[in-house]
Amino acid sequence: MSAASSWTVASIRSALEAKKISARELAGEFYRRIDGRNAELNAFLTLSPEHAYAQADRIDAAVARGEKLPSLAGVPIAVKDVIATQGVRTTCGSRILENYVSPYDATAVERLDRAGAVILGKTNCDEFAMGGSNENSAYGPARNPVALDRVPGGSSGGSAAAVAAGLAVAALGTDTGGSIRQPGAFCGVPGLMPTYGRVSRYGLVAFASSLDKIGPFTTNIADAAALLEVIAGHDGNDSTSAAVAVPSYSAEIEKPVEGLRLGVPDEYFGQGLDAEVRNKVEAGIALLEKLGCRTIKLRMPHTDFAIAAYYILATAEASSNLARYDGVRYGLRVPGSTLIKMYRKTRESGFGPEVKRRIMLGTYVLSAGYYDAYYLRAQKVRALIARDFSEAFQKVDAILAPTAPTTAFRLGEKTADPLQMYLADIYTVTGSLAGVPGISVPCGKTKEDLPAGMQILGPHFAEGRVLQLARAFEKAGGFSL
Amino acid sequence: MKISREDVLRVAELAHLGLSPEEVEKFQAQLDGILNYIDKLNQLDVSQVEPMEQVLFSPEGGQDSHPELREDVLLPCDVGEAVLAMAPDAEKPFFRVPKVIDR
Repeated sequence: MSAASSWTVASIRSALEAKKISARELAGEFYRRIDGRNAELNAFLTLSPEHAYAQADRIDAAVARGEKLPSLAGVPIAVKDVIATQGVRTTCGSRILENYVSPYDATAVERLDRAGAVILGKTNCDEFAMGGSNENSAYGPARNPVALDRVPGGSSGGSAAAVAAGLAVAALGTDTGGSIRQPGAFCGVPGLMPTYGRVSRYGLVAFASSLDKIGPFTTNIADAAALLEVIAGHDGNDSTSAAVAVPSYSAEIEKPVEGLRLGVPDEYFGQGLDAEVRNKVEAGIALLEKLGCRTIKLRMPHTDFAIAAYYILATAEASSNLARYDGVRYGLRVPGSTLIKMYRKTRESGFGPEVKRRIMLGTYVLSAGYYDAYYLRAQKVRALIARDFSEAFQKVDAILAPTAPTTAFRLGEKTADPLQMYLADIYTVTGSLAGVPGISVPCGKTKEDLPAGMQILGPHFAEGRVLQLARAFEKAGGFSL
Repeated sequence: MKISREDVLRVAELAHLGLSPEEVEKFQAQLDGILNYIDKLNQLDVSQVEPMEQVLFSPEGGQDSHPELREDVLLPCDVGEAVLAMAPDAEKPFFRVPKVIDR
């Protein structure tokens, strides 16, 4: 990355305060970068320059008046296109919402806005966040800036690609079964999934409501801390958002990690893990040991059942959540002679194959006679997986694992077999089901020059500790092992 | 086959989802594969396990993370116009749909 592209929250702040650059100039610089690269990356679906420049001008006016700047003043940020942005299109990567303009801001977006961030536009993603490669977007896949013939991961592929390519300083993504962590790993940038309830879901278009979380992609850990500090916290508009105080993550990340106990579960290093990814993650673990952490071998015996449980629960919730796209209130309507025919035609032509597949699976597992065998059983297995985590966290302060079994795969490589694509989520769906926070950090590149990702998972609301370990790892050179 | 063609059609009807004949065939095969995989959950004895119905977590000995429901007071929500403006067919203050009642 060139020096010009390496803006951070802190460097932007000092440049603005020193009047070396204006927020407007900075936004312009990022739009020029987007102009230069978005045609090949397809990372952005919609740009919002009017909003961005208006916000930049407010920041520049505050600078001119000598006011104290809010924490993300002037920081150019991209937002995944499943998160509502007032007056700007929110397509969810779907034809069914092609022309949908959000009537209000998501709470996370409103908080970014209040903190002075400049929102550049909306990023590509798998349709309704369903996928692990961004190939399920109705608007064509985003590409991995590290290797253009490869996927950026998914579902938040556009957000990860935008940050990795320097088209935004940070981006919001969403993680339901790995959709922040896995694209972070594939594109070589940190991606943080907060605890369930840490960040309000108000304005996040629902996929699986008991699993969906909003979190940041950044190029460095200090920026991840700065963003989380802004977007976290209780929100009266989301009854599942937690009334747990938001610590100063920026202060927490500089704490020493010496003496922390790190669990390394056997089940995450078995068959199916690419040898080079394994080597990189093991080197990452060794680096944290060198920094004074103690590693402890763990067993998490229900790991192998996580994919099956996840794809029952997530699709069941999706089939219910996506019932709202029926051509009545928003988005596409395909006329029909009766109301039911209108529903059926609208949904048939508005949804892509993966969304239809998941609606079908979710409807099936919830249908009469199958509920106990599938949905109820999956909820019980979810409890067992959550118990694996709570038992582990009695012995250790955090868990280390690979983020994904492989590096970024080639476009088209896995699209033929949906089950193969699902199985690639093996290391991320566990933490999603348990509701605990986790970050994927880059841990070097393979011989093919593709980034590998290491996952750091923590107990509920221990984002501070997760980030603290990530920061120590970053400072010790872990990102380029 | 765990799932028949009739099952696929019935589920599509429940989901109000129109499917082409090709999609019916494709989904039957794919859902069958996924359901066969999902069957691995039957290897676990879950008879003594309570289902996880709640994901919200309260720190032990700490504050309750979801202490109470908010006061039941009306809060302004003035997005009605904007919402109706996005509707495929609206006649303020209604969404218009094909006739559902014959009389």
